Amino acid sequence: MRVTVKLFGAVREAVGEKELSVQLAPGAHVADLRRLLARDHPVFERFGARLAAAVNQETAPEGAPLRDGDEVAYLPPVAGG
Amino acid sequence: VTVFLTADPIDVAELLREARPGDGAVCAFIGVVRNESEGRETVAIEYEAYGAMAESEMARIEGSLATRWPHVRVRIRHRVGLLPVGEPSVAIVATAPHRDEAFAACRAAIEEIKKRVPIWKKEIRADGSSEWVDPTRA
Repeated sequence: MRVTVKLFGAVREAVGEKELSVQLAPGAHVADLRRLLARDHPVFERFGARLAAAVNQETAPEGAPLRDGDEVAYLPPVAGG
Repeated sequence: VTVFLTADPIDVAELLREARPGDGAVCAFIGVVRNESEGRETVAIEYEAYGAMAESEMARIEGSLATRWPHVRVRIRHRVGLLPVGEPSVAIVATAPHRDEAFAACRAAIEEIKKRVPIWKKEIRADGSSEWVDPTRA
């Protein structure tokens, strides 16, 4: 299955892309995607737990299952206003 | 459907016209770009949003405020893009029959926005450096 990954702010700049398309094994969870991304992009390690994940625009725990076509966004600490 | 995010200047006058005949209080908060941060001169701030999620979070905030203060109407707008010093980045207008509720709901709105809405900002400094703001780092 394939998911779209959206990146923002400092993470987007560190990775150099605002969107990635990632191939995952069926049954993969949010944590599996994070591990895969952290392998290529040390910024995921650097942010650690301060980087929240959202699946299809809803904040999701690391154990949440992923489905083909999901949009997974990685959200650094927000700073609006 | 309300659109909360805008790349264009925020039309505060339009929000102020939201007041109803029964409203005796119109309370506005406008956040503007400041010229310094932690002692360093700032010339501009670049705002970036996760558009779809930011829209739904701001709609949720308006909804939860309406539940908490049924007589208050709150309207929120947030700007994205590169904003120079003095430019409004966020505007909240709370209208209510009486001022106490209008002040309280307006204050609650900006605090919720800062906590929950997926928007990020990068400070562009006078010395040419720039940095993404991380409020979790003191």
